[in-house]
Amino acid sequence: MRTLPVLAAAEWGGEFEGALEPINSLFRFPYFADWGVFSINRTILIAWFMTLVAGAVFLVAFRNPQIVPGKLQAAAEGIVEFVRNEIAIAIIGPKGTRFVPLLVTMMVTIFFLNLAKITPFMMLPPTGRIAWPLFFALIAWVVYVGVGIKEQGLAHYFKELAFPPGVPKVLYVILTPIEIISNLVLRPFTLMVRLFANMVAGHILIVITLVTIHVFLPSFPVGWMLGVFGLVASPLVFGFELLIITLQAYIFTMLTAVYIASSVEPAH
Amino acid sequence: MDNLGNGLVYGLATLGPGIGLGILIGKSVEAMARQPEAAGMVRTTMFIGIAVVEALALLGFVLAFAI
Repeated sequence: MRTLPVLAAAEWGGEFEGALEPINSLFRFPYFADWGVFSINRTILIAWFMTLVAGAVFLVAFRNPQIVPGKLQAAAEGIVEFVRNEIAIAIIGPKGTRFVPLLVTMMVTIFFLNLAKITPFMMLPPTGRIAWPLFFALIAWVVYVGVGIKEQGLAHYFKELAFPPGVPKVLYVILTPIEIISNLVLRPFTLMVRLFANMVAGHILIVITLVTIHVFLPSFPVGWMLGVFGLVASPLVFGFELLIITLQAYIFTMLTAVYIASSVEPAH
Repeated sequence: MDNLGNGLVYGLATLGPGIGLGILIGKSVEAMARQPEAAGMVRTTMFIGIAVVEALALLGFVLAFAI
């Protein structure tokens, strides 16, 4: 595999100038098999593996459900119950139970894809490539627009969306473009960018921490102190990243639920 | 030199959201301390607010590399 420019520049004491400039080199990997759009590289292999793990965990947990659940079943039930009570019913309301499968799938998939960021031998979040957050955000977009059209009717949904009631008529000149852009464009866009940017930032943070240890720990006479600092900091960084990973999966699911709720119930 | 600029731009982009998050979370904690029975609702609303405020900082982060 191609050595990362950052590592190379750091290791051989070479030029740091421009070493970090193509930040893509931390995320873009050569193809194992080049089939145009369907090419396979490291990112997609990690994504497949983590999806398989997520599927396997739930398959094993619910394959043979017991009245008195075992540990794994209890944990899986805990996740489903959390999404059902705290997200679906609390935010969408009684109609929310319909969306529990979607929300659970979304949360668990995003969590496991993000988890690859701090899993040894992978250390790369597939959600750090824009395609994955884009895909999830598009699903959320299609669902909340679809639900709005289904629940309120096509004309009524877009009328409520563009002309929120209870506002003086003059304000519609300003409000209507803002509402249309914010509801149909900015919502999925911020969903996508939030997950993507968090994963990119976390990945860069982890790479920098590990490269610091790798480069400075064996160096004398002063540099090793920085290495020791990196060594002490790295568990903290990993713990912080675990927090971010969980929080992003939760926030993505919760915002999807909020958007669905705004489609199910028109804004007054 | 470009990298330095990126870093400065991102630093600028974090200023506003940083202040915003401070006010937002502080007020939420106040509300939760005042009415513990409404903590669940406040927390949900707080996370939605955090998500909206945070988006600004993250846009800055993305644009720092994009531009």
